[in-house]
Amino acid sequence: MSGTARIRQARAAEFVARMVLGAMAASVVAVALFVLGYIVFHGIGAIDWTFLTQIPKDRGREGGIFPVIVGTVYTTLGTAALTLPIGILAGVYLSEYAPRNYTTRAIRLAITNMAGVPSIVYGLFGLAAFVLAAGFGRSILAAALTLTCMTLPVVITATEEALRQVPQDLRQASLALGATRLRTIYRVVLPAAAPGIITGSILGLARAAGETAPILFTGAVFQMRRTPDGPLSQFMALPYHIYAQVTSVPGWNPTLVWGTALVLVAGISAASIAAGIWRSAQRRKVTW
Amino acid sequence: MRGLIYACGWLAIIILGAIAAFLIHNSVRAIQEAGIGTMLSTTAWYPTSSPGKFGLLPLIVGSLYVTGVALLVSVPVGVGAAVFISEFSGRRVKDVMKTIIEFMAAVPSVVYGLIGVAVLIPLVKDIFALDSGMTALTGGVVLGIMSIPTVITISEDALHAVPADLRRGSAALGNTRWQTTYKVTLPAAGSGIFAASMLGLGRAIGETMAVLMLTGNAAVMPASVLESVRTMTGTIAAEMGEVVQGGLHYSVLFAVGLVLFIITFAINLAADLVLERQRKRWRR
Amino acid sequence: MVIPMQLSADGGAVITAVRDAEYTAEVTGGAIGSFSLTDVSVAYGRDRVIEGVTMDVPAHAVTALIGPSGCGKSTLLRCLNRMNDELGNVHVGGRITLDGQDIMGKAMDPVELRMRVGQVFQRPNPFPMSIFDNVAYGPRTQGIRSRTELSDLVEATLRSSALWDEVKNSLKKHAFELSGGQQQRLCIARALATRPEVILMDEPASALDPISTQQIEDTIAALKSSVTIVIVTHNMQQAARISDKTAFMLRESLEAPAFLVEMGDTKRMFTNPEDTRTESYITGRFG
Ligand SMILES: Nc1ncnc2c1ncn2[C@@H]1O[C@H](COP(=O)(O)OP(=O)(O)OP(=O)(O)O)[C@@H](O)[C@H]1O
Ligand SMILES: [Mg+2]
Repeated sequence: MSGTARIRQARAAEFVARMVLGAMAASVVAVALFVLGYIVFHGIGAIDWTFLTQIPKDRGREGGIFPVIVGTVYTTLGTAALTLPIGILAGVYLSEYAPRNYTTRAIRLAITNMAGVPSIVYGLFGLAAFVLAAGFGRSILAAALTLTCMTLPVVITATEEALRQVPQDLRQASLALGATRLRTIYRVVLPAAAPGIITGSILGLARAAGETAPILFTGAVFQMRRTPDGPLSQFMALPYHIYAQVTSVPGWNPTLVWGTALVLVAGISAASIAAGIWRSAQRRKVTW
Repeated sequence: MRGLIYACGWLAIIILGAIAAFLIHNSVRAIQEAGIGTMLSTTAWYPTSSPGKFGLLPLIVGSLYVTGVALLVSVPVGVGAAVFISEFSGRRVKDVMKTIIEFMAAVPSVVYGLIGVAVLIPLVKDIFALDSGMTALTGGVVLGIMSIPTVITISEDALHAVPADLRRGSAALGNTRWQTTYKVTLPAAGSGIFAASMLGLGRAIGETMAVLMLTGNAAVMPASVLESVRTMTGTIAAEMGEVVQGGLHYSVLFAVGLVLFIITFAINLAADLVLERQRKRWRR
Repeated sequence: MVIPMQLSADGGAVITAVRDAEYTAEVTGGAIGSFSLTDVSVAYGRDRVIEGVTMDVPAHAVTALIGPSGCGKSTLLRCLNRMNDELGNVHVGGRITLDGQDIMGKAMDPVELRMRVGQVFQRPNPFPMSIFDNVAYGPRTQGIRSRTELSDLVEATLRSSALWDEVKNSLKKHAFELSGGQQQRLCIARALATRPEVILMDEPASALDPISTQQIEDTIAALKSSVTIVIVTHNMQQAARISDKTAFMLRESLEAPAFLVEMGDTKRMFTNPEDTRTESYITGRFG
């Protein structure tokens, strides 16, 4: 084969490869836009004041989803209240205290593995451990504890990563001023790492808000007359509401179900976008 | 305070241990009465007949069918898109793709299920002229789409970790981008991409809600991906609500959970080892 | 104990009395902020990097540590406020006293030591908080809460680091909005705010432009009447300009630990060194 022919062939291969790979990337974009567009298109018609503030009627075929939203908000806040302190302290341990040895490696391995445990298995664990063994019954508390186990690896990893970004001499500057290690961590290192920690945590919590499997047996119910009145109360939840409508309400009302899906996705996306914007704003201020 | 920090650090191991312990504890009755061998080798799943029959094979095979389809969707598309993002696109395209992937990862599985119900079930029914569009194929395609973000992210990390010098060296020898990619970059990132596929597999096997809504949940041995199947995750989700607490059926469902836990644990451990080895390789 | 600070009338860069006389007498019985090192050695794990350093660092003077890269200047500096403790697996041998008091033994709390011996780093590294909070960080660590007391202290220390006039109207501003040179002077103010006897500086101007470097040098010159300064520098002219004493360290091979070649008055070291190795280093023949 002559040199020019080889070059021409390489060019052709380059072109084809670009096309094929580009088509794959484009198909991912197309699917994402389709998902987004489909939810918005079918759900937007349901969104009005009544829908957001009324209780469901006729098993959800009519009325609104107010208690459903409230249930998801409560559960997610409960999860945040449990996950954030524990996850951040665990991240601090890994980044600031953990020795470099096999136990630390085992802890890291446990964390990656926790992230891979199927959500339905967390559901089983929550049922056995929190609902039954701990005696919390099917409740917001049991569900929040279950979601906490599921979200912890995300928060721990985000915290550790963010703490590692903080330059070492910042810690030394604080120690050199006579601050203890603990004071250095909570006055200097944690504030400096806050953007990363908070962004990662919000992403994890947003995912928890959309989970169905872990709350199936730990406290979510299909119908409730009141909004939850305490941590031991059962609750309705957006993702479970969608599932229950589709699978156990004959003649379910598509407009309202898509509306529910839109509220859920919009809430999750809004939280993620806000976290992203906040982080880049902080980045501009804090550059090492 | 220090003690508290140490305790939280160790919590991951404690929780993981607790999950294993609770799963095993609750599976004991199933293992004793239904028998591991029987469960793993028989094909009859009639949990509510008396006596109940607890053959897990249809569920395991159902999971494999769905997961297989999912992998066929997610790995080629995910890896291809990752290569495009990492090797053939500039900053702006990268940023846009990153946002899109984050969005895809953030959409809850029940919403994917809903879209599958509305779009894919009728489509599969029409295309293959079936009585019902609830098949392993339907669930698998949606699962594949759901695992794409995982595959792209991990593959992209693996490609990104390949030192730029290697690429420049290849380009300096007169190779085109694509030649560099398949001769140098892809082989160098190979183990990472393999790990990405495994993590995608782990995600697909453990996914519950979408398959529950899409595969029809018939607990019989499927002959093809165009038949209805019931996965392990779907079985737990669908039946746990109706069982007697502490009963044999209840215990068997925990045993199914234990099987899932062991499978995903093994997958994650293997992927982690692969990734760790790769990380070490490029550190020097 | 409240330690009053006096500002010079022109608002310039001198702390005329860092501590009251009673405190001075009580703690030291005379000049304060003088180190005495006897046969100091340092090892990172098994790697012995410094051995047999014996020297006296006089109070209220600028002592420069010079030597080729990697000879252990930073390591020796970190012995003086026990920052090596934080690195793990570092062994320091010999004896170091601050105003006659052993600082290496169990009797000395590193936290207390570091309040008396401040440090300024190579890279300007203000904390990610406001200018005011940066300076107030040390005093707050010491338990000072009173707002007026903190404000007075912040103003006094910012004046002594010659930054006050530039930032007096924007104390609430984020420290990262300052220029590199301003940030470094902020770091000096931060170190001064705990009213230390000594300030250690590890190449404090090496990341700065010539004008900022000049400002730092002016600050150092103004400070030495009230604090002892130990400075590491690679810049011979700088050492000659600002220091009263100079110590030259050398590590002749990677296998052998570094040692102190000689120490003396800066003027003599630069004009008439005793050791030929000092002369060749200063005249730029190696290092
Ligand atoms: N944290 C550490 N762990 C292990 N070895 C170290 C550490 N810090 C420094 N060393 C080693 O100790 C020796 C002295 O280092 P040091 O940083 O004190 O030198 P230096 O004189 O300050 O150099 P430079 O002028 O480049 O700043 C070097 O050989 C270095 O490799
Ligand atoms: Mg140094």
